[in-house]
Amino acid sequence: MQVAGAEKLLELRVDSKVYGSAASAPVEVLRDFTLGIAAGSFATLVGPSGCGKTTILRMAAGLDRDFRGERQILRSARVAMVFQEPRLLPWRTVEDNIRIAMHAASMAGDIGEWLDRFDIADQRQKYAGELSLGQARRVAMARAMSIGPDLLLLDEPLVSLDDVVAARLRGELRTIADGGKVGILLATHDLAEAVELSDRLLFLGGKPARVILERRLSIPRSHRDRNTVSALVEEIRAQARSARNDDRS
Amino acid sequence: MIRILSLAVLIVLWTVAAAAVHSPLLPGPAAVAEALVRDSRSLALPYHLACTLLRVVVAFAIAFLLGLAAGFAMGKSALVDRIGDPWLVILLNLPALVTIILAYIWVGLNETAAIAAVALNKFPNVVVLTREGTRALSAELEEVAEVFCLSWPTRIRHIVLPQLAPYLAAAFRSGISIIWKIVLVVELIGRPNGVGFVLGSAFSLFDMVTIFAYSFAFIAIMLAVESLLVQPLERNASRWRRKAA
Repeated sequence: MQVAGAEKLLELRVDSKVYGSAASAPVEVLRDFTLGIAAGSFATLVGPSGCGKTTILRMAAGLDRDFRGERQILRSARVAMVFQEPRLLPWRTVEDNIRIAMHAASMAGDIGEWLDRFDIADQRQKYAGELSLGQARRVAMARAMSIGPDLLLLDEPLVSLDDVVAARLRGELRTIADGGKVGILLATHDLAEAVELSDRLLFLGGKPARVILERRLSIPRSHRDRNTVSALVEEIRAQARSARNDDRS
Repeated sequence: MIRILSLAVLIVLWTVAAAAVHSPLLPGPAAVAEALVRDSRSLALPYHLACTLLRVVVAFAIAFLLGLAAGFAMGKSALVDRIGDPWLVILLNLPALVTIILAYIWVGLNETAAIAAVALNKFPNVVVLTREGTRALSAELEEVAEVFCLSWPTRIRHIVLPQLAPYLAAAFRSGISIIWKIVLVVELIGRPNGVGFVLGSAFSLFDMVTIFAYSFAFIAIMLAVESLLVQPLERNASRWRRKAA
């Protein structure tokens, strides 16, 4: 299944992930999950909320190391993440929020370019705490892109945005994916979004969650117009349904 | 405007009372002002004020830096907290006078003992506030720092300190008003200069004019510190908050 010649940025193997607390019995949330991300590949985790997508992203990012399995990441790989909530520093301006991340990654580039690309130039001097959710999401996205990541982890970055903004951000993601340098892992519950953007879909389901369906999309992104996407969505949804039923029986 | 008026009423009342009693034990504003001018000219007042202020600043800086470090460690680590907490409770409940006496007896009647006693009095308060602030630090933002590989200086400056700022401001405020009162006691007991020393010797001579003059001079300075230093700093640190509705 591996793309020949492409170096794997990230290899994640989770034999088992258990959440437990002193108060409640431990719950296994994920079992036998493997994922490899190569440069230029775009994988999407699809599933209902609460199925473990965020958990997987956190393990991929190295934030959660408390699981049975293994995480290997290319040593030179630069990781950026867009969290579900924007997680900006409310006491710093939009500009500074991006600049701090760029500085840490030793990126010398022009900050104005990122402000323009995400249409937040007008908010440049505002404190991040003063932004609307849509604006904050865009800043979080700009912050992640600005460090020139090799691996980009996106946790529902487009949820509850208005259509115009969401379309614009999807456009940005497509541009980055088409650039072919960045490995992307997106978590979403929106199948159409996944079909429009990614080249590999991993359906999560069951308890504990595991991959119930894996689907590759070989049509180039530029050929995925609205009709193609909705046809694919229907087709994949049917597959996922039968996979889920197989799973139960 | 009302504040100034209220203050004026106080001064008038004082003048009337002083005139009515007509005793050296309650000098009027004129006599006190005269003493203020006299001691300012002779540089005695600026000298003693400077001595006291220097002690306040040095003791405060020491208490603040050590308290910040200890409070941060206790807020971060449950183990350090469990080890340090009994000590903290003892320090918190140790009367200032006891610390001062012990410091003078063990270290000697010198500047080191004076500064150490004052710093030790303030220290636990800074620890408690910093610990609370550290416990309230956002885990979400720490993850952001982790993913984006922010360096430690960057994390402290842009993530930790802004979150601790309200707690540090509280420590600063409560500290500055308490600490100078303790410094006066330290000076009263065992220093040959400073406002506390002057008040002590004036007390033994029943020199009420001097007591009033030095007290007012000191209160004026602390008010200036509060309005010219503390409040602007606080405003600056909370700029980013949305204007309260």
